[in-house]
Parts: sequence; C-alpha cells; structure tokens
Amino acid sequence: MAYSDKVLDHYENPRNVGSFAKSEAGVGTGMVGAPACGDVMKLQIKVGPDGVIEDAKFKTYGCGSAIASSSLATEWVKGMTLDQDMAIKNTQIVEELNLPPVKIHCSVLAEDAIKSAIADYKAKRQKGA
Amino acid sequence: MRLPIYLDYSATTPVDPRVAQKMIPYLTEHFGNPASRSHAFGWETEAAVEEARREVAALVHCDPKEIVWTSGATEAINLALKGAAHFYREKGKHLVTVKTEHKATLDTMRELEREGFAVTYLDVAPDGLLDLARLEAALRPDTTVVSVMYVNNEIGVIQDVAAIGDMCRTRGIVFHVDSAQATGKIDVDLSKLKVDLMSFSAHKTYGPKGIGALFVRRKPRVRLEAQMHGGGHERGMRSGTLATHQIAGMGEAFRLARLEMDADNARIRKLRDRLWEGLSSIEEVYLNGDIERRVPHNLNVSFNFVEGESLIMAIKDIAVSSGSACTSASLEPSYVLRALGRSDELAHSSIRFTVGRFTTEEEIDYTVALVQRKIAKLRELSPLWEMHQEGIDVNSIEWAAH
Repeated sequence: MAYSDKVLDHYENPRNVGSFAKSEAGVGTGMVGAPACGDVMKLQIKVGPDGVIEDAKFKTYGCGSAIASSSLATEWVKGMTLDQDMAIKNTQIVEELNLPPVKIHCSVLAEDAIKSAIADYKAKRQKGA
Repeated sequence: MRLPIYLDYSATTPVDPRVAQKMIPYLTEHFGNPASRSHAFGWETEAAVEEARREVAALVHCDPKEIVWTSGATEAINLALKGAAHFYREKGKHLVTVKTEHKATLDTMRELEREGFAVTYLDVAPDGLLDLARLEAALRPDTTVVSVMYVNNEIGVIQDVAAIGDMCRTRGIVFHVDSAQATGKIDVDLSKLKVDLMSFSAHKTYGPKGIGALFVRRKPRVRLEAQMHGGGHERGMRSGTLATHQIAGMGEAFRLARLEMDADNARIRKLRDRLWEGLSSIEEVYLNGDIERRVPHNLNVSFNFVEGESLIMAIKDIAVSSGSACTSASLEPSYVLRALGRSDELAHSSIRFTVGRFTTEEEIDYTVALVQRKIAKLRELSPLWEMHQEGIDVNSIEWAAH
C-alpha cells in the first residue's frame, strides 16, 4: 500500500504522543475502536479555565493511517474551543492526509475519539459541579 | 549488506544462478518441441525433459513415470483434487481437507462443493497439527479423497503424512498431499509414504516460477480425469506443449536440493534459531505453530499490543509476510492463525520470517536489532501496551466493534 507523504510524516514523527492522568482536572479521555478490529485510539484533551483546549495527547494501536489520523487530530484540537472541536469532520482528515477509501475508517475513528474525549470532559465536569 | 533484506523465502525464492544457467540454452539453442518425434530438435529437448523428470523423482523417491508436469503447484492441486473427485464420483462424493490448507486447495474444494460434492474442513490443534483421531472420525464410506498439506505455508508445521497415509490406504481413499513448501526442507520419501497424489512447485525451491509437477502413483494405480485437454501430453493427464526451459530449471533445482539439502538446512536452522533467540528476548512475543515439528527456515511470531500493518511499515527494510490482510480492503486476520485459536489481535500482529539459501548472519542480526527497536517504538504509541503495563487485562474490556 502506498502511503501519502503526510501519513508517512505523522507515522515517522507522531505529534503529541503520551498520556495525561485521567483524574487530572480539565482532562477528557476518549478511547475508541477495538483490538479485534485492528484499531484502538486513545485521545486526551486538556481544557483550560477559559474553555480552550490547551493540550492534547494520543496513543494509537493501529495501522499507519490510524496513527497519522490521531496524530493530526491532536494537532488540530489544540487551541480550539470545545464547539470548534466538535465541528471537526472525518472528511477533513481524509482530505488533509490523502487517505485512500480503505482507510477512511481511520478518520472516522479519529473523529469519534475527539467527540468521545469531549463527552468525557463534560461528564466529568458535571459530576464535579 | 543490501537493503531491503529478503526474509520471505516461503513466498518465493530467487532462482539459483546454477539453475538459471541450466535453463538458458533451452530458450535459444535447444528450442525444439519435446513432442517432435521426427527430428533431432525434438529428441534433444525430450531428453532434457526426461532428465529433469528423473531429478524431480529422485528428490522425492518415486518413479519418474509418476511425475506429470504442470504450470505450478496450484494447477497440480486442481488436477489432483478435481481429477480424482471426478474420476471416483460413482464411488462417493465426500472429500476431506483441513482448515489451514493453502487457498489452492480450499478454493478447489469450494468449487467441488458447487459441483455437488460434500467437503469436511477439519480443525487443527493450537500447535497447528491435525489430530488423527479427528480425521478418522470424519472419514465415511463415501469418502473418496483426503487432502492435507505436508508443510504449512504460514507457520511451517509438518503434518504426520505417514500416519494419515496409512489411515487412507486401509480404507481405499485417495490421499493427496500438497508439498509445495516441503521439497528441499524435509526428506519427502514416496517409497515409504502411502501417498497417492503429491503436488510440487519449483519456485519455492530455487527453481523458476510457472512450473510444477503432480506425482500420480502407479502402484497401486490412481486414476484422474484430465482437466486440460489437447494433444494428450503427459499420458493424457495434462495436455499442452512442455516448457522445456522451465522443466530443465525445476530438474536442476530439485537436483541441487537433493545434494545440498542437509548442509543448507543445518545452516538455515542456525540462522532461524538465532533470529528467534533475538526476537524472543522481547516481552509478549508468541511463536505460532509447533517449534519441533516445523521446517527449519520458518519463524512465525506474534507481537502483542502492536498492530500488524504498522509493524510491517516500521520494518520496511525487511521483506516479510504479515498474518494480517488489512493491507487489502478486507481487514481479515490470517485464517490459518485464527484456526489455531489465536485471538484476532495476535493474528493481526503476526509476522512470518522465512530464511533461505542466501540469508546471512549479518542480515539476521540487523533484523533482530530493527525489530527490537521498532516494537519498542510502536508500543510506546500503543494504548493497549499502556494498559498492559498498568496491569489491566485488555481482554476484560468490552470493546465496541466497529
């Protein structure tokens, strides 16, 4: 399979790899996918008091496109508000990374991971409030 | 050392330079049709074909008259299974094979099912070997053909062909063995084995692609219905002008295998064991298939918590095969590893390393170091590895399938 240069770049030099402590204030964690399907993405956001995402981290078990999709997602969400973040669509990821049709599910998973991280952040805040 | 390093000898082998030398004159100089009986051009190529036939027969200890040339193992398997099933269809319409067979067998069996035959696909044990009691239980009065591969292409395990042969012979069942991966790796002795039909390939044993053979036993005689009709070549079993250069190449490749197999395999086994020593020092690494009853050049390993395709990408300096077919659209893990009972994750993250005649120690050491480094990097990226490190059982989580 031929990968685009952008996928290769993210794969070789993934951005924002790592983890925040799940209990840390302002952290939302999204974990999507399943090992049996060959992809699991964990995407975490750290939201500041102003509601802007200060930082993001990811870990991904999956193919090169899955790693690139989640790496790109962490780059994009930083500096966004939650609403802007919610508006990220998988098709934007497909376009940016030039993903072939068989790899579109990787971008869908990255979008799900973002949404899931936001949902987790919101749920935690509600519980805390 | 040149990159990429070729460690995929079970996919195909390079043609040995000595084999290539043997082939060339039959393309230009000795170009006659071996079936031309009326002139010297035909006589000399016929002699070359018969010499090659003797060499193939010598490697597997059979009579040269029992060797039928085909275009490769796939055609030999098709001829064996369809040919025998069709010929003996009045006797019965039940066939038996194993779930871990090559697609050439499985797909041919599927076709026979469409024609109205009943096929039993047997499971294997977690070590990849066929349980003989299970086979015995599957045999019926109307079973006409049993087909089992000698050496599995993915995991390299060696089936107990001798015992299966005994079981089939006492019941009058035709026994076909796919030996595409066996020649030059283990001693195949048709003078002892009760095998009726055996398929061979040249290009897995340092011969050219596009040529293979089917052994068809004469005593006791096995009958086949031809699948390719025409000029009645190969005693009517496989028509078509013989490809002299390919045949000469296969003969030479099998001659070299007979002469050099022992020394070759001793060296290759050492390299394979050195590779396994290096890879098994990594945590959470699993060997697929029995280690003892296995050909000397095969190593099939699953790297837990690392996804197969990203692993292949990471080690692109080594040419290997992945047990994961997610490079195609199917996202299907290896059906062979699934049949061993391996989880989807482990099946996805498996790599088949196959060492060969031209592999060096330097290449093995480079491979070990590269894999160790890349596995560490990918695990650093893996949420599953992180969970494993935290003591969380990944299998205890209810994942949402997607």
